[in-house]
Amino acid sequence: MKAFAALLDRLTYTPAHNAKLLLMRNYFRSTPDPDRGYALAALTDGLPIDFPLRRVLTEIGATRFDPELFRMSRDDVGDTAETVALIWPASGEPGDAPRLSEIVAALTKAGRGGHADLLTHWLDRLDATGRWALLKFLSGAPRVGVSARLAKQAVADAFGKPVDDIEELWHGLAPPYLPLFDWLEDRAPRPSMSGTPIFRPLMLAHALEEAEWEAMQLEDIAAEWKWDGIRIQVAAKGGVTRLFSRTGDDIGASFPELVDHFKFDAVLDGELLVVRNGEVAPFAELQQRLNRKTVTRGMMTKHPVHVRFYDALEIGGEDLRGLPFTARRQRLEAWHSAHRPAHSDLSEVLTYASKEELQASWAATREGGIEGLMLKRKDSPYLAGRPKGHWYKWKRAPLTADCVLLYAQKGSGKRSPFHSDFTFGAWTGKDGEDILVPVGKAYFGFTDEELSQLDTFVRQNTIERYGPVRSVVPKLVLEIAFDAVQASPRHKSGIAMRFPRVARIRWDKPAAEAERLETLKALIT
Amino acid sequence: MPAQPSFESWLRPESHGLYCVPGDFHIDPHAAVPRAVITHGHSDHARPGHDAVLATADTLEIMKFRLGQGAAARMQALAYGEPIKVRDVTLRLEPSGHILGAAQVVIEYHGQRAVISGDYKRHGDPTCAPFELVPCDLFVTEATFGLPVYRHEPDSGEIAKLLTSLTDFPERTHQIGVYGLGKCQRLIALLRRAGYERPIWLHGALRSMTDYYVARGIELGEVPSVADAGDKLAGEIVLSPPSALGDRWSRRFADPLAGFASGWMRIRGRVRQRGVELPLIISDHCDWPELLQTVKETGAREVWVTHGREEALVHELGKRGIAARALRLVGREDDAE
Repeated sequence: MKAFAALLDRLTYTPAHNAKLLLMRNYFRSTPDPDRGYALAALTDGLPIDFPLRRVLTEIGATRFDPELFRMSRDDVGDTAETVALIWPASGEPGDAPRLSEIVAALTKAGRGGHADLLTHWLDRLDATGRWALLKFLSGAPRVGVSARLAKQAVADAFGKPVDDIEELWHGLAPPYLPLFDWLEDRAPRPSMSGTPIFRPLMLAHALEEAEWEAMQLEDIAAEWKWDGIRIQVAAKGGVTRLFSRTGDDIGASFPELVDHFKFDAVLDGELLVVRNGEVAPFAELQQRLNRKTVTRGMMTKHPVHVRFYDALEIGGEDLRGLPFTARRQRLEAWHSAHRPAHSDLSEVLTYASKEELQASWAATREGGIEGLMLKRKDSPYLAGRPKGHWYKWKRAPLTADCVLLYAQKGSGKRSPFHSDFTFGAWTGKDGEDILVPVGKAYFGFTDEELSQLDTFVRQNTIERYGPVRSVVPKLVLEIAFDAVQASPRHKSGIAMRFPRVARIRWDKPAAEAERLETLKALIT
Repeated sequence: MPAQPSFESWLRPESHGLYCVPGDFHIDPHAAVPRAVITHGHSDHARPGHDAVLATADTLEIMKFRLGQGAAARMQALAYGEPIKVRDVTLRLEPSGHILGAAQVVIEYHGQRAVISGDYKRHGDPTCAPFELVPCDLFVTEATFGLPVYRHEPDSGEIAKLLTSLTDFPERTHQIGVYGLGKCQRLIALLRRAGYERPIWLHGALRSMTDYYVARGIELGEVPSVADAGDKLAGEIVLSPPSALGDRWSRRFADPLAGFASGWMRIRGRVRQRGVELPLIISDHCDWPELLQTVKETGAREVWVTHGREEALVHELGKRGIAARALRLVGREDDAE
């Protein structure tokens, strides 16, 4: 527990990706089984721990501490679990800290009544960081800024194995993943995954470059609309169906209606969308359905989900990934017309008489409310990762608006000495006067050189400082590129931009000539 | 036995500091006064402009460094443990264990003894004399960390955290924010004690106080200035004022990793707010158990709390049958830790 606590402690404060990887690598190399396996579970899918933490903390808090002192401490610290971790009197002998595996074993055996005693016993044996980490661990998934993918990457790096191999095995394994670590440390062969649906790493597309478009022959490529949903892999076998996100997270629990209907033997690649009467709904609707542990019937009726398939990796146990795109597509079409699973259809392959016609169709995507085009080489096999020269995404040209810089915040990691998060605003009328309201925040799109110039501007034009944030004199215009505008009642302006980035710094343009909020509102999709 | 005067009749809490009536002097006054006794050199205790100042020789030297010629018109040094008569009271200074030269003020008047502890700590500190317990009737204490959530971990663990990070990230400059008087020198001494022998690089603002500590015979090893560094100091320890963390000044370093040595680093929200990647819980103040332990050991029947989280301490002492009151003195900065 001590090593795990130290790891979580460092991870919460470490912003940089590579530094997080290094900390986790060191941990997985130096921690024995089965503890590291439970730690890996905590950092990825979470352990299936059913610990009524809030209730137990309240119970313990009321009996162990002076309520006045506890209240004052809670006010000072700002978090109940952290307050308990800090206020707990140290009484354990050093070296007596419980192991992670001991905690998991005791929790599996614990009855409903024994929780408070168990927790008290463990807290007595841990130091402040240990107590904090234990409470995080018991809360289910500790949020320490690590994605499941990053944790798996660290495990792979620690033992010199490809992360895609781990992804492939992942959903056939369970904590503490002993066969996985046996294989990683070369003590056993790679675990066999036959019989269970597993995640296959996805094939991803590059943004289309001008030169690539010039060199492209129309007859070599298949074109499809670029759908504005989320990428999904459906893996079904032997009556078990799993839905995987792009990174291999099992998201099936959020979409029970799909899991129920997709009973077949295939691994398919497609786009998850909300589709109503054959019409694709805006992305915001799909967002209502993401990351939910439980789904009500009402939600399923209100935002009906649908998968638009565009590729097949496996059908009837046969691995198709080595076949060219056109052959896989034929198998997919034949299979789909034979089975016709509900809540699904196929992404249409578009045909064009010429490249000019294709380009014209791309240029019209914005009016059609479509994100852009996908261009796929007809002879490409299905390759994991983002291989160059096979699949291209050709996004519609972005929208732009001139906005005024209002606030700047310091970045993290390498950017921490610079102000690199910029909040910008547009004009609107209020009580007969024009005022600027924030409409978005951008933190990329500029070069290092421009970042340095922006930082200097911020420092020289600061009005007020609020911790890491500064308000600046509203006089610098930023040309912001963005993909869409959505209605957002959470924001004061009533709008939210998708993917805003700084396209240009308009040193030349007076702030008074910046965009009006009403113009942006007219773009709401 | 004649009735003893109440403490308030001869030691009066005024808005800008404690005033000793029969001795006619203030203790750590916030504004300029004719006669001041100063507990230690931190700027929220040692203010400029007094006519006469009484303090330890180290505190007087520190005041001259920090406040220049305007520190005080007249200065009188008093060694630890040496009693002197000031008008109708007897006064002496005893170590408070806070920083070099820091003292508790012990005042005796009509058979009563009051101890004004200034800022103090009970944790060991290789850079200053340890806290001297003085039994008394009235104990005046700070309460910077006066809540039960504040319990400082052993220094050795915090230093180990820093040394582990240097091994984990040998390509990054470890820039640690420290207050220039006390914390800076103590951190260096703790690193030396843990066997760290490489140069420890200093921001210009930390130079004069560190040189003073060295001149006073405190071994700090090699402590060059960042301004004299020939490269980006990858894998080295750099100490700077907290305000220089994430500032333009730190762009000169190799992918700087920001640390901060302070008792406040125990609270995660404060760590995040400061954008600190490596919090080191090292404090020059008492934690909660030490505050309670000290009050108990002095045997004081009355306790006054000058600044900090006084409400919680007064509440807890009340439960223990000790008369306690909060003075709410102005001008004490509890963030300067």
